[in-house]
Amino acid sequence: MLIQILGPGCFKCQKLEENARQAAMELNLDFHIEKIKDLQQIMTFGVMITPALVVDGVVKVAGKVPGVEDIKKLLAKK
Amino acid sequence: MNQTKSSGCACGGSVTILLPCSGAADTGEIADRAARKFAQGGCAGMFCLAGVGANISGFIASAKGADRLLVLDGCNLDCARKTLAEKGITANIIHLRVTDMGFVKGKSPATAEHVDTVVAELGKKLTASL
Repeated sequence: MLIQILGPGCFKCQKLEENARQAAMELNLDFHIEKIKDLQQIMTFGVMITPALVVDGVVKVAGKVPGVEDIKKLLAKK
Repeated sequence: MNQTKSSGCACGGSVTILLPCSGAADTGEIADRAARKFAQGGCAGMFCLAGVGANISGFIASAKGADRLLVLDGCNLDCARKTLAEKGITANIIHLRVTDMGFVKGKSPATAEHVDTVVAELGKKLTASL
């Protein structure tokens, strides 16, 4: 599973990455996390508010930092 | 960074996005031009309603993540508001209609004066919501 964190690297972006990593680990997923800070690249996802969480190419959340349990639900839905 | 032209970081203050119907009729054109002019002031970012309609996940997630959605329809068909509702986006919406401001569809050219009237209404509505 490819998990991408879109954002400039601020506190919220870091927190989102941390929560996503924790969620994926708790679900025992085979995953890879990639951080995307380049705005032009972020815009190719249609994302206009960061931070955003992308799972296998699908933007799940933008502009918010869900908790670990909420992210686990998002990852499990996939 | 200005959310009008590119991605906005939600780390700072609240994020307001602007979604005009941009319809083909004169009132749709007023909506589009007024939204673009209002966005230039920096109080809200122009947003791609077509991207929401096209089911592009980034646009839908961004619309759901915004603190406020200024939705501007040209007439009472409310295409912008309904497009959002189709995708489950109904919260935090401030809805305006150009025809509710005294403009008649088909008889209201998108003049600078008309556009400015709608820009002023957008400002009033947004201010009232803060």
